[in-house]
Parts: sequence; C-alpha cells; structure tokens
Amino acid sequence: MTAEATGTQAADRLVAVPVRHWGRWVGALVVLAVFALLGKAFVGADIHYHVVGDYFTAKNILTGVWHTLLISVLAQAMGIGLGVLAAVMRQSENPVMSGVGWFYVWLFRGTPLLLQLILWFNLSALFPTISIPGIWSVDTNTAITPFVAALLGLGINEGAYMAEIVRAGIGSVDTGQTEAAHALGMTQGLTLRRVVLPQAMRVIIPPTGNEFVNMLKSSSLASAAQYTELLRVTQTTYTSNFEIMPMLFVAALWYLILTSIFGIGQYFLERRFARGSQRELPATPAQRILSALRPGRR
Amino acid sequence: MTTPMVLAEKVHKYFGKLEVLRGIDLAVQPGEVCCLLGPSGSGKSTFLRCINHLEKITAGRLSVDGELVGYRQQGDKLYELREKETAAKRAEIGMVFQRFNLFPHMTALGNIAEAPIRVKGASKATAVDQARQLLDRVGLSDKVDAYPAQLSGGQQQRVAIARALAMQPKLMLFDEPTSALDPELVGEVLDVMRGLAQDGMTMVVVTHEMGFAREVGDTVVFMDGGVVVESGDPKSIINNPQEERTKAFLGKVL
Repeated sequence: MTAEATGTQAADRLVAVPVRHWGRWVGALVVLAVFALLGKAFVGADIHYHVVGDYFTAKNILTGVWHTLLISVLAQAMGIGLGVLAAVMRQSENPVMSGVGWFYVWLFRGTPLLLQLILWFNLSALFPTISIPGIWSVDTNTAITPFVAALLGLGINEGAYMAEIVRAGIGSVDTGQTEAAHALGMTQGLTLRRVVLPQAMRVIIPPTGNEFVNMLKSSSLASAAQYTELLRVTQTTYTSNFEIMPMLFVAALWYLILTSIFGIGQYFLERRFARGSQRELPATPAQRILSALRPGRR
Repeated sequence: MTTPMVLAEKVHKYFGKLEVLRGIDLAVQPGEVCCLLGPSGSGKSTFLRCINHLEKITAGRLSVDGELVGYRQQGDKLYELREKETAAKRAEIGMVFQRFNLFPHMTALGNIAEAPIRVKGASKATAVDQARQLLDRVGLSDKVDAYPAQLSGGQQQRVAIARALAMQPKLMLFDEPTSALDPELVGEVLDVMRGLAQDGMTMVVVTHEMGFAREVGDTVVFMDGGVVVESGDPKSIINNPQEERTKAFLGKVL
C-alpha cells in the first residue's frame, strides 16, 4: 500500500469511480451486427410484405382475433374456477372430495390437450343425446358447437393446471394465519375466502399470467374443433391467396399484441395484490418517467 | 362457588407417540390472571392451545365457563363438535400469538373489524367504530390505515390484542406475547395487558416475563415435562419455590 493511498492525500478530494462495464459495449456491438444481418436477410427475402399490411385489419382476421381473445378469457376464467375448486377439494379432510380432486387433475393433466379438444368435438359419437332422464334432453350435435367444444376442452384442461398453481399458493400462506382466523371464530370456508386465498393470490397470479399467455396461443389448437380463431382464419386465408408467410406474420403480430397488452394488465394486478407485503410499493414505469422529467426531484 | 372460567381435569395430549401433556389439573377463576411458566417443551403452549381447541386433547376434560371445549359429553364418551359449533365457541375466547399473525393484506382497522363483521354479523359502521375505539385503547389511533408491514413488532402485537378484544371475549389467551419483540418494545405490550387485567379480564398468559408474572399475575403455574409442578401465589412461588425443578428453572431465568 502506498503512502498516497493511506493518507497523505486529503480524503475529501478522493472520488469514487464505479466499475467500468466494457463487456456491455462489446455485447451491444455484436447484437447490432446480428440484427443488421437478419434485417438484410429479411429485406432480401421473397416475401410480399405489403400483404401483411393489406390483411392486418381485414374483417375475417379481426373476427379471428376477437374469437381468440373471447375463447381465451372464457376458458381461463373457467380454468381458474375449476382450479380453485379442485385445489380446495384436494385439501379436504373428506377422502371422497380429495380423491375426486386428485382424479380430475390426474386425468386432464395426463392426456394431450389436442386429444381432449378432438374428443369434445366428437362427443356425439359417444353420446348422441345429452339428457337428465325425464327432465331435459338435447341433441349432442346441437349442444356441442365448435365454440362449446373449444371452451370445454381448453377450460377443463386449464383447470387441472390451475389446481396445482392454486394448491401451491394456498400452501405458501403461513399456518399462523389460519390459526389466527380460527381463533377469532372464523369457519374454514370463511378463513379460506377472507384470509388464505387473498394472500395466496400473490403466489398464484404470476404463474396464472403465464398460463393465460399460454392459453392465448394454445387456443389455436381449438381449430381442431373447427372453431374460427385467429390461426384457423389465417390458414383458410392463405389456402386461397397462397401468401403463406405474410399471413403467418399477420397472425404472429396479433398474438404478440394480445400477449403484450395482457402483460401490462398483469403488472397492475400484481401490484394490487402486493398490498401489505411491502412498506411501500415501487413506482410504476409511468410514475418513474414522470418523476425523471420533473426537474429538481429524484 | 362460581364456575371456573377454565377448568382442566386430567388433560392428556399426545403428538403421535409423544405424550406432551400428562394429566393437567388446573382451574382459573373469572377475573383471574394466570401465568404459565416453564422451560420450553414443558407443554405450556400446547395446553394453552387446547383451551380453544386449536389442539385436540387426547384424554381428560377441559371446559371453559362450564362448557366442554370442542366436545359434547354423552355417557362416558366425548363426541367432537362440528366445525361450526367449535368456531362459535372460539369466538368467545380471544387469543394472542407469539408471532402476532396479523392479516398482512388488511389494514390495522381491517384486521380488527374483520371478525365482528364476518363472524358476529355486526354492521360495518358499528365494527369500524368499535375498531377505532380499540385502536385508541391500545394507543394506536394514528395507525388506523397502516398495514402490518408498516408497524413495529410492538405495534403489531397491540393491534393483535385489539383484534382479539373486538370479539368481546370472556377469556384471553396469550401465547408468549412478548417473546418475538425487541427488548425496548416489550414494555408497551405488557402495559396494554396490565390495563386489561385491571379491567377485570380473565387471562391465561404463557410468558417468560417474570416481572409481569410477579406483578400482574394472580396465580402462577409452573409446568415441566407435561405436568404442573407447582402453582400458587406469584410472589411465594417466584421468590420462594418449594420444588427442585422450579428452583432450577428460576435460577436460570432470574
């Protein structure tokens, strides 16, 4: 150690220098180069890019987008409902209930989604009519429309996955919470609804968001049930205009838009359920930008 | 003779093959403050949790205010009560935990008003009114909208006491209420408990605070190895214990 470092220089004139990150600059250059090459390749490729613009807001494409969004939201909602039910059943002390919950997860998580969708769509082959004997009866082919088949297939399958997510969330809540609720005279149902589930939400929401993003995309499998969602509309369009690549780009862009919009929603949902977990919530990106623009404050 | 608030007769409790309580006999009279002392693992917390049926007793009889806890007696058999009946009885017994166990997703006010609204069916206005009064009583009227994470340990424990009081219990159970607190925060919680005792609340307190037991306790019960070793007047037991095990324990903690 030199004399200079230990004290001959006045300490108040020393300036701290942060670590230099040379690697980041090199990395940025490499990434730029790769993007430039890719860009060049796509510009030179044999694709009619104007077709993307022509079809992006075409009526049938927009219908496909709407159907994808509709079936995804409804199937996810159904999945969450079934998932909570199955998770609570599996925790039940009643062996019949926990057995049924376990069986549901085992069956629908253990078989391919595509298979389940095709099965729902062809249900009439198994049961020509659906009826409650003596009260009500309906022709299966009338009842199970492509929409209903897609909803049942996606929703019931999703419920099996959600059951595991909800179970993990319930398990993450401290047992002291249940004890405190019971000590106040709350019943098990009330404890679950008011104390355990709201806290489990913090653990449940991120993977559920993941599931919903997955649902937006796996809803394309509903084309197997003849449901006219985005990918199926895209496919029927390119079989007539032969613009396969541009049409796939149209679909890809729409899927990206849907998942991005949802990502923003998830961010605010997570903030809502983070109440009480921290002393103060971190600023939203918008708030951070605003405070950076405001002079004189940090 | 009045009915004891808590009456334990030959209470046994097993965890698997381990016998944690080995025949506890104990009576706590209305208005009495009973402090349970003893080394960890002596069964005092388990016994406290049996009083509101958070733990089920294996044998013996335990009653609160003349009614069996968690069971109904028919002949020489005890039948466990349905969940709703047990819950209704627990609503009359307040409990304060070592780790506070406040509901982190509710404000201080929400924590206190929750059970009166959901369990007792009180109107929201009444429950909120009462919650504000209780917060005032534990000296936290400025923390109405604070979440537990924004409160110190001592403040959280005081909210927890207010939460238990909101159900207007006839008996309060304290399970080492100051053991998780920094030394300088212990006093504020003990002050609240002292106030409760002066107001005539029946209390069973598991504690390591000898000063509190000596000053506020009407009786102390010294437990070890799942049995009551010695019990009686706090001053005579703490200052002049008769049993060897009591002497050994007090020698270490005093």
